[in-house]
Amino acid sequence: MPDGESAVEVDGLIKRFGEVEAVRGIAFAVRPGEIFGFLGPNGAGKSTTINMLCTLLRPSGGKARVAGYDIVTERDDVRRNIGLVFQDPTLDGYLSGEQNLRFHAELYGVPRQVTGPRIRQVLEMVGLWDRRGDLAQTYSGGMKRRLEIARGLLHSPRVLFLDEPTVGLDPQTRASIWEYIRQLKESEEITIFMTTHYMDEAEYCDRIAIMDSGGIVALDTPEALKAGVGEDRVRIQTADDTAAIAALADRFGLAAVVSEGAVTFSVPAGEEFVPRLFGGLGVPIRSVSVSRPSLDDVFMSFTGSTIRDAESTTSDRLRMMMRAARR
Amino acid sequence: MTSGVETAAPAPGVAGVRVPERSVRHDLRAVKIVLHRELIRFWRDKLRMVSGLIQPVLWLLVMGTGLSNLITSGGARGGVDLKTFIFPGVCAMSVMFTAMFSAGSIVWDREFGFLREMLVAPVSRSAIVVGKCIGGAFVATVQGAVIVALAGLAGVPYDPLLLLQLLGLMFVGAFALTGFGVMMAARIKTMQSFFGLMQMAMMPMMFLSGALYPLNGLPTWLTILTRFNPLTYAVDPLRQAVFAHLDVSPALERTFNPGVTWNGWVVPVWLEILIVLAMGFGLMGVAILEFRRAD
Repeated sequence: MPDGESAVEVDGLIKRFGEVEAVRGIAFAVRPGEIFGFLGPNGAGKSTTINMLCTLLRPSGGKARVAGYDIVTERDDVRRNIGLVFQDPTLDGYLSGEQNLRFHAELYGVPRQVTGPRIRQVLEMVGLWDRRGDLAQTYSGGMKRRLEIARGLLHSPRVLFLDEPTVGLDPQTRASIWEYIRQLKESEEITIFMTTHYMDEAEYCDRIAIMDSGGIVALDTPEALKAGVGEDRVRIQTADDTAAIAALADRFGLAAVVSEGAVTFSVPAGEEFVPRLFGGLGVPIRSVSVSRPSLDDVFMSFTGSTIRDAESTTSDRLRMMMRAARR
Repeated sequence: MTSGVETAAPAPGVAGVRVPERSVRHDLRAVKIVLHRELIRFWRDKLRMVSGLIQPVLWLLVMGTGLSNLITSGGARGGVDLKTFIFPGVCAMSVMFTAMFSAGSIVWDREFGFLREMLVAPVSRSAIVVGKCIGGAFVATVQGAVIVALAGLAGVPYDPLLLLQLLGLMFVGAFALTGFGVMMAARIKTMQSFFGLMQMAMMPMMFLSGALYPLNGLPTWLTILTRFNPLTYAVDPLRQAVFAHLDVSPALERTFNPGVTWNGWVVPVWLEILIVLAMGFGLMGVAILEFRRAD
């Protein structure tokens, strides 16, 4: 990958499954060294896109280059330069952790003299060196995922694809997986391309593409996306809520409602508004909280629904078709 | 990072690995590791080894003993123990079952996701299929070797040359059968349907192969069916090898070891082996094509 070239470059990528267009001509570029997140509900086309970029699925149209190689015409070159952690576990439970890695090293043709040290290095990185001899089926969910991350890194890929790397894990394990991912970015020259449908995780990414029904609806840094939504949310507890709502409307021209026991309203630059609020409201205030818009709000503003609602309405059929096609 | 890494590092303390361009050597390494995995898994799964023994031993000791009783009391023949007669058939059977199970592991790999790990690697599909076929054949031969070790129980002499011949022939047969299984596995998505299908295919193949009865003097329809059954050509060389090391009269030899005939012409052993080998390579080729197409 020559300097300055994108780690991943996608142009008008399309995937159709029969009548259904799962990915509708998306275009974006990922910079080298970036953690790039694909955010969207299940069935939005994230996994389909990843599968195309990893050469597991042939696109129906459009072009894409990964690590500088075309995903259709230079598949082997793409494969040599990417690491993959799939959504569903792909370990052999009857092999030990180390044997799983050794299998991978042989399959990828990692030079023999570096195989041993490299296996040790990645196992130590994910904290599994002590358990290397145990069968993978005895590992916990978090350990399995860590082993898969170690395996994905074994051949020093330039782009690491993580498809929902933390799905189904408990919060503590999720946090530790993220710790590894950040460590990784420090220690290896690597671009990380990941999908997630956890809003809080998307915040760790350098840039996020929000995907909905096969298209990219927004792409920017988490901060910029949140800033684009604009207003902060202010919640105040007062001695007299009715009077406070009336005063907010009269004196500041703000529409407030009582929600979950607090008077709630939106203003741009909430922190600067609070001193004016104290000065001018005329109703005693017991407490104030200001919150920035979350990625949930961002998702909502671009797609018109929360990510959970979007998930429940996405047709299961589409998802199953994609699953079938993945195999 | 700690660890005593002594390799060239792009960043301090980090071992960088360069994945080489694809080459024949690389594909051979892939074949070897896929094969190696089959062996590790077979070795770990001792239960499978034991359960794979039960059916052949039942055939050999229970059916063999029971039926030979029938024959001796009939008084017509004698001189050749029925156990000795079905011994090669039982060897073939055991190899067949193990080979099919090994091929079935592809379906298992698919169900458990491990197949994706293999399919996304920068190696050719052929390397993976060839590794599976040879690995399956090897494992089946190891299982067969356990049956061969029981030769004494069936009145078959422990002649080193004979044992080697049997093992070699079993490997060839197992290779063809694994090829068949892998070809089927390329299309089938669940273990249940795979084993259902295998049962359906294996029973007729076994009954029509001459594993359990001599293939001479059969009604025409049965004769034709047996001649079209690939397993026939895997069983017969085994029996020829066993009878070559027995001391039996030509008359008995004609009854119990008639060979396979095509319209009266006795098919030589070398041709039988060739047929089985060709079948193995053919089926493996189809399997490779199917995996390529599944892209």
